[in-house]
Amino acid sequence: MTVHNALDVRNLSVDFHTDAGVVHAVKNANISVREGGILGLVGESGSGKSVTSLAVLRLLGTSRARITSGEILFRGENLLTKSDKEMRAIRGPHIGLVSQNALSALDPSFTVGAQLIEVIRVHQGVDKATARTKALEALELVALPDPKRRMKAYPHELSGGQRQRVVIAIALSCRPELLLADEPTTALDATVQKQILDLLITINSELGTSILLVTHDFGVVAHVCTDVTVMRRGDVLESGTVEQVLNRPQHPYTQGLMRAVPRLHLNDATRSVPRADRRLFEFRGDTTKENADVA
Amino acid sequence: MSHDNPLIAVSELKKVFAVRDENGKRGEFVAVDSISFTIERGETFGLIGESGSGKTTTGRMVLGLEKPTSGSVTFGGNELVGLSDLDMRRYRHHMQMVFQDSGSAFNPRRSVGAQIAYPLKHFQAASAADARKKTLDLLDRVGMLPSHYDRYIHEFSGGQRQRLGIARALVTDADFVVLDEPTAALDVSVQAQILNLLKDLQRERKLTMLLITHNLALVEHMCEHAGVLDDGRLVEVGPVDRLLSNPGTAITRKLVDAVLEPELAGAAR
Repeated sequence: MTVHNALDVRNLSVDFHTDAGVVHAVKNANISVREGGILGLVGESGSGKSVTSLAVLRLLGTSRARITSGEILFRGENLLTKSDKEMRAIRGPHIGLVSQNALSALDPSFTVGAQLIEVIRVHQGVDKATARTKALEALELVALPDPKRRMKAYPHELSGGQRQRVVIAIALSCRPELLLADEPTTALDATVQKQILDLLITINSELGTSILLVTHDFGVVAHVCTDVTVMRRGDVLESGTVEQVLNRPQHPYTQGLMRAVPRLHLNDATRSVPRADRRLFEFRGDTTKENADVA
Repeated sequence: MSHDNPLIAVSELKKVFAVRDENGKRGEFVAVDSISFTIERGETFGLIGESGSGKTTTGRMVLGLEKPTSGSVTFGGNELVGLSDLDMRRYRHHMQMVFQDSGSAFNPRRSVGAQIAYPLKHFQAASAADARKKTLDLLDRVGMLPSHYDRYIHEFSGGQRQRLGIARALVTDADFVVLDEPTAALDVSVQAQILNLLKDLQRERKLTMLLITHNLALVEHMCEHAGVLDDGRLVEVGPVDRLLSNPGTAITRKLVDAVLEPELAGAAR
């Protein structure tokens, strides 16, 4: 079979063994990232979206997490059968990760340059001078202003948006085929969020990097993604191209998610209602806790 | 603007922080630079800006939690700036705040009910039984159960914590509430519930609110009037219907453009 997708998650199930019993965090999920595509994996807290992305990297680090079934196909190979050593050769060079909290992804006691150079040397086995040149290129790629000076900066000296650019630079320094971005802009200002998302679009189109973007925000999906998969409580509810899902959402939950968001651009019907009487669409979301821990 | 009887009037409010630069040299940082605005009774005023623009500092100064360098804040016509801590206390129960993360605003070791009831018992000399009853009524109003009274903050989800934060802000029958990014940490479905709840409470209690956010869609939904802060300066103030549809400054336009909506470009809006 020829491989058309950058990533194929097939029938993946993940259980967490907690003191209160077994939680089925991901149930028989099928998720595909097209070669050169940007997939938005959308869901609320507890949907299993982050667990799925961590499973791809085999970073479900606790003994309580069990992948009970399924395959994760990357370049035609099942990542779930890889040894830890083989996975270390895949994380970084082939699959990069950008997490939500850039500050905790960076080490506070080393400069940005040192952290970039370390990653490049470990994964590419080049000498220090070459690594430095590549590090500078990586910072230029993510459009960090004044990269030469920023190489000497510590993470706390940078703004939130600049830090996220550095994290993206590190993730891209080895030119991975696939980038996992888990809520990469959630902690950022609206204006900075747009800049970072535009950077991801540029990377996707210029380097051809396929991207799995985990988010809770359909606005982000509409701006960036080519495809969408919607999850709730571990189940995949709906998948398709952005045109299909955004223009004709099939599942009531997807429709609810889109209708519940406050809008800037209102239609005439909404605008004719006095502001005090305008209400947001309420639906039973799933934040499992909201409903479960009430008892 | 023709405001006849605003509840809150902020005039030439300024905050300067003393800072040291890399070389240890003393300097000044102007966080809020001589801003003025008013909030009508029962209205929600939106304060918009990027991080570092001074919006949270402004909110804190309006509540008397931060001492302004100069300027004036009046509440129902009474000057608040320059009041002693003791005099300020007379106003505190009228003016409250709801934080982005209400969870961290609660003491993890005391039951949430006891914390919500605390100001009633200690400052208004309500009997313990009355304080408990009033708290239970309020918990019910924000969508919580009586059994939640004796629980601890870690037992609640993000949305429930925000409901508890709102209950605590309203327990002393506050007239004015500052909301600092009240839904930024919440899921979409929960955000809708909290915003609807705030609108209901505003109507029932004639609440006046100051909404601090960088999300213009929230302002469009909640506020009749708003102001845009940029580097501590209020660069634009006016009715939201005009401000957002016809931005007068580059920063407002930038904030408008940054709103991402779940519609594809070119789709009918």
